[in-house]
Amino acid sequence: MQVLVPPRTWDVCIVGSGAGGGMAAKVLAEAGAEVLLLEAGPPWDSARDSAMFAWPYDSPRRGRGHRGKPFGEFDGCLGGWDIPGEPYTVAPGSQFNWFRGRMLGGRTNHWGRISLRFGPWDFKGKSRDGFGDDWPIGYQDLKPYYDRLDEMVGIFGTNEGLENEPDGVFLPPPRPRCYELLIQKACRGLGIPVIPSRLSILTRPKGERPACHYCSQCGRGCATHSNFSTPSVLLPPALATGKLTVQTGAMAREVTTDTEGRASGVSYVDTATGQDRHVQARIVVLAASACETARLLLNSRSPRHPNGLANASRAVGRYLTDSVGVHVGAHVPALMDLPPHNEDGVGGMHVYIPWWLDNRTLDFPRGYHVELGGGRGMPYFGFLHGLDRYNGGGYGRKLKDDYRRYYGSFVGFSGRGECVPNPDSFCELDPTVVDRWGIPVLRFHWKWSDAELKQARHMQRTFRRIVEAMGGTVAEPEPGPETGYGISTGGEIIHEFGTVRMGESPRTSVLNSWCQAHDCRNLFVADGGPFVSNPHKNGTWTILALAMRTAEHIAEERRKGNL
Amino acid sequence: MSGEGKGIDRREMLRRSGALPLAGLLSPEALRSAHLHLARQQATAPAGKGPFQPAFFTAHEWATVQRLADAILPADARSPAASQAGVPEVIDFVLADPLAEPKERETLQTQVRGGLAWLDRECAGRFGRGFVDGTEAERTAVLDAIAFPARVVAGLEAGAAFFATFRDLVASGFWTSRVGIEDLQYRGNTYVAEWTGCPKEVLSRLGLEER
Repeated sequence: MQVLVPPRTWDVCIVGSGAGGGMAAKVLAEAGAEVLLLEAGPPWDSARDSAMFAWPYDSPRRGRGHRGKPFGEFDGCLGGWDIPGEPYTVAPGSQFNWFRGRMLGGRTNHWGRISLRFGPWDFKGKSRDGFGDDWPIGYQDLKPYYDRLDEMVGIFGTNEGLENEPDGVFLPPPRPRCYELLIQKACRGLGIPVIPSRLSILTRPKGERPACHYCSQCGRGCATHSNFSTPSVLLPPALATGKLTVQTGAMAREVTTDTEGRASGVSYVDTATGQDRHVQARIVVLAASACETARLLLNSRSPRHPNGLANASRAVGRYLTDSVGVHVGAHVPALMDLPPHNEDGVGGMHVYIPWWLDNRTLDFPRGYHVELGGGRGMPYFGFLHGLDRYNGGGYGRKLKDDYRRYYGSFVGFSGRGECVPNPDSFCELDPTVVDRWGIPVLRFHWKWSDAELKQARHMQRTFRRIVEAMGGTVAEPEPGPETGYGISTGGEIIHEFGTVRMGESPRTSVLNSWCQAHDCRNLFVADGGPFVSNPHKNGTWTILALAMRTAEHIAEERRKGNL
Repeated sequence: MSGEGKGIDRREMLRRSGALPLAGLLSPEALRSAHLHLARQQATAPAGKGPFQPAFFTAHEWATVQRLADAILPADARSPAASQAGVPEVIDFVLADPLAEPKERETLQTQVRGGLAWLDRECAGRFGRGFVDGTEAERTAVLDAIAFPARVVAGLEAGAAFFATFRDLVASGFWTSRVGIEDLQYRGNTYVAEWTGCPKEVLSRLGLEER
């Protein structure tokens, strides 16, 4: 006898388990929806799988990175720039690097926990200076979500009363490290502010999560869940509702649609078997990352959506941005021969430089912030490589002593600047290349505009002035226009946004102000794709706040029977 | 394992950090699994018993690597020489690392193998015998010619470039070893109950007062 089991229809299918997908899953499961969360990578649990507290000599690789662990072998994030069987292409004349997380929690296992709110100016840039476009929402629309996010996840920082670096609900910040105080002192003389950073790391216990124990190894995955990642913070309460099902090893191929053009579910590849599967859902939320979401939409062609789903505007893949990145490393003699002390701290900077200048006095629009590094950290493979640029080289006992003396005497300044969308930077489907599952891959086009190059030059000069004020030296001469003033390669800073942007008009944007597709009302996006601009502030906090707002809107519309 | 010699192990650190009482977060099974994870990483390490068999270097190269590594970081009052700290084994592993990006690995392999050959050729040209077969004075003469970038004369740039790369590899191997980390007096990788910032002693050395 044949038993016919009707295929299950989920209330919501979410693609991607990173910041946005995790938040959407939590909000919707808690609101009572039956949620299926698809993740392309494997499960991963920092309490079980993290290399926290491992010593470099626990591995013959001594922490060195490899193809699958570009940020060091102890790093928690699976995936990388170069994933076997999952290529992407770059158009002639362009350079672009695409980092992908492939694991439960996605790139929340990678990021630096730098959790900066976008400010009032960031949402209305065009109104202020004419560049780019305004968001269809403003800071006041998102502020309540940022406030609740601060309390839900936990973040340290200080309220400084700066208009475009909004105050939050902060835990006390950790006291600065020695080199950070030295940078602060030099900056004071230059009129450059150095304030406590804002990282989503607990400096006080929160619920069942203990406070940070200051091992500086956030990037390996925190076994005590004292920092933010989706599996540590958002998935446990979501799973506790009994309403959430997580399917790992599920590589989404396309969003399927019905004859009316509405989303009907998601087809995906079971990566363990290579088999195609399909799940039905009343609502689909894409949170696969800005570029994967664009790829998925472009690959979801149907008679009702011939350009790809939700792409009547042809804006899918356009307006791609990444932060401007410039790094200057320096040696500071004052930091040599210091008494040994533990300088680990939290997994990131304790203080940072917020944007502080007035564009009316500058030759570029928008701004940047500066992330600070240095200190007597754990030695890894790569320890003091290139010391000869500072000590003149050598070998023997004198050299051995130099390593001891120079250890801890280097500081680093990493500028992260705003990139205004331009018509030359976008992604599209490569017409001929597919990945190992047969899914067409993305082809990237990238060009920094003059605005970003001038900003990079300003960063170089500023960082070198700070080093000079500290009595330090930079081995490399200041790079000129021929190398873009040392500007990063597109994608390298891993802040891709804008590929499915929000907007009032269905002619020029993919999503409305609720991150709902103009062309497909039961399709939403909850990653960085909807961002209309890419302020210099690392985007995760805004992905989370926006995903919370979007998911609550979905829950409310479901309650009203509108979806 | 972690924390040995500091009187506190990983499990103890986790217990103190408050993680262990939360059975759901971190069960003994989970901890064991974490240890197994590390053990698997170590399984690819050079075996501890019997004479070490290099995966990449030939026997002659291996002898040169030992001698060169010790010339770069010799024993002194604070720590042993590079070869005693397992540095040549680390370099051999890195050059043969099966997980490395293949092109990158091949580039580094050729640079190191070619550099070792360059060194022998340079010694043979000057003294009629290779690097390991010569005298201390002969080795010193050649190293002095390639170890100080600002003093390298024309024609020896390739040797200097190799030496810079090799010196970096030796530094990585040595200062990430147990004895190297102890020598550096790195004080972290441990559970800290309260973060107190820059110690007073260092503040005064730097002429700083925390605001």
